[in-house]
Amino acid sequence: MTTVLTAGLSLKPQHYDAALACLADGLWFEVHPENYLVDGGPRLAWLEAIRAQHAVSLHGVALSLAADAEPEPAHLARLTQLARRIEPALVSEHLAWSAWRGAYHPDLLPFPRSSEALARVADNVSRTQDALRRRIAIENPSHYLQIDGHAWDEIEFLDEIARRTGCGLLLDVNNVYVGARNLGYSAEAYLDAFPGERVMEIHLAGHTPDPNLGAALLVDSHDAPVAPEVWSLYERVIRRIGPRPTLVERDDKLPDFATLLAERERADALLRAPLAKAA
Amino acid sequence: MPAAMSGALARFQDAFARALRVPDASPPEVAALVAQPAFAVYRNTVMKGCIDALRANYPAVARLVGEEWFNAAAANHVREALPADPTLLRYGSEFASFLARFAPAAGLPYLPGVAKLDRYWTEAHSAATADATDPADFAGLAPDTLAQAVLRPHPAARWAWFADGPIYTIWSRNRAGGPFDSDIDWRPEGALLVRPHDTVEWIALDAAGCAFLDACAAGNTLGEAAQAALTAQGTTELANLFSILLKAGTFQKAEY
Repeated sequence: MTTVLTAGLSLKPQHYDAALACLADGLWFEVHPENYLVDGGPRLAWLEAIRAQHAVSLHGVALSLAADAEPEPAHLARLTQLARRIEPALVSEHLAWSAWRGAYHPDLLPFPRSSEALARVADNVSRTQDALRRRIAIENPSHYLQIDGHAWDEIEFLDEIARRTGCGLLLDVNNVYVGARNLGYSAEAYLDAFPGERVMEIHLAGHTPDPNLGAALLVDSHDAPVAPEVWSLYERVIRRIGPRPTLVERDDKLPDFATLLAERERADALLRAPLAKAA
Repeated sequence: MPAAMSGALARFQDAFARALRVPDASPPEVAALVAQPAFAVYRNTVMKGCIDALRANYPAVARLVGEEWFNAAAANHVREALPADPTLLRYGSEFASFLARFAPAAGLPYLPGVAKLDRYWTEAHSAATADATDPADFAGLAPDTLAQAVLRPHPAARWAWFADGPIYTIWSRNRAGGPFDSDIDWRPEGALLVRPHDTVEWIALDAAGCAFLDACAAGNTLGEAAQAALTAQGTTELANLFSILLKAGTFQKAEY
């Protein structure tokens, strides 16, 4: 089956029935695989039912690729088993760490981009791709902290990991916007320098000002509609690199399915428009 | 790639993880980061993620104690034990025992038992899928044949006897969102949770029923399980008990 993925949506349990019934052309769904690493029961049954209707992407948050340790073997084995069962169209992870010395931190944590870290991440990506027997995409993180002592520029770091491992990249446009605002760099310059040929997927999401610090600190909260500035940046990207499977991410303060679908249709229309040059 | 975690990256991660967990900590490797107001985003996200997971996994406890009390108790538990597993559905396996020794919960002696049943619900919900026995398969069996049979509890079946109070009634009312009601008969109770198909279901189970299932889980014959049930509760009606367990979908269908 060759499906051309256009725009997809995060899938949350509250929307299963509507998602299952929706037959919009090119629609696909993305889930965090960690929520489905169970022995059996209704969760897996739901995901398999969705998969019977739609393409599914597994977007992991817990492989902890940037931790100075190999991915936890039991976790990687469960992920591999799920991927075998679901046959996802895409598998992705983050340039971040979350699990460390047996403790899982439910967040995507930063690190100094050293050559040591680069070697570790590349090794972990390779191990993951070997286990899954497929290419994965690595997502650029959002940034809140000014870390001195990065030896590598982020884009060069990602590009080098892709060069060494053959992995693809997941370009999260909202993360670029949030990081650029928080740390004071140009989102446009970042996006213009991003290696378009490596991009397997694009993410769009909403952000919110920090409750304490206000607009001085934007938080990649996934609990709001995609911001107008992020839509503009997205158009800029696909105009340059061509259409890519694009996910509208929403994890919190969920509106009804129709509202999410309307947001997804906006991305879908942009992907199908003539301005998105042929890839 | 060496497996040793001793380089600068490992030292950074040790320090960062410590600063996330300990509010006043500012190890030198990350002092410049902890000093930035944005460091709080990470501390808050980790804490909120863990508390939200506990609230999702322990809804009857959360309903009983209210949001503020629950969040405070959960935060204490998070500081003791971060998740070991990124599947947050499995987070909180020690929450019931934490509540049992959490000083502010001393006046709520039923809380650990309610937490245990919330945990059982999650385990039943995510257990391996399997067919339950069909009660009709046992209809015509001679008593001797039945007594020699060994039945394995279904992978999703969970049961517990609470000698100290009406934990099942308190739990099931709060799990189902029923009315708060002080009119509860204070007596020992047991509970059985099953998932013969997609949905977790539950019924009250007496001491004999719990003893019967303990014996079955240990691999004993139905005859031996019946003896265990009678020892726990001499007045039990075995045929009725067995019929209730079969109808509920407590046993896994044998694979022939």
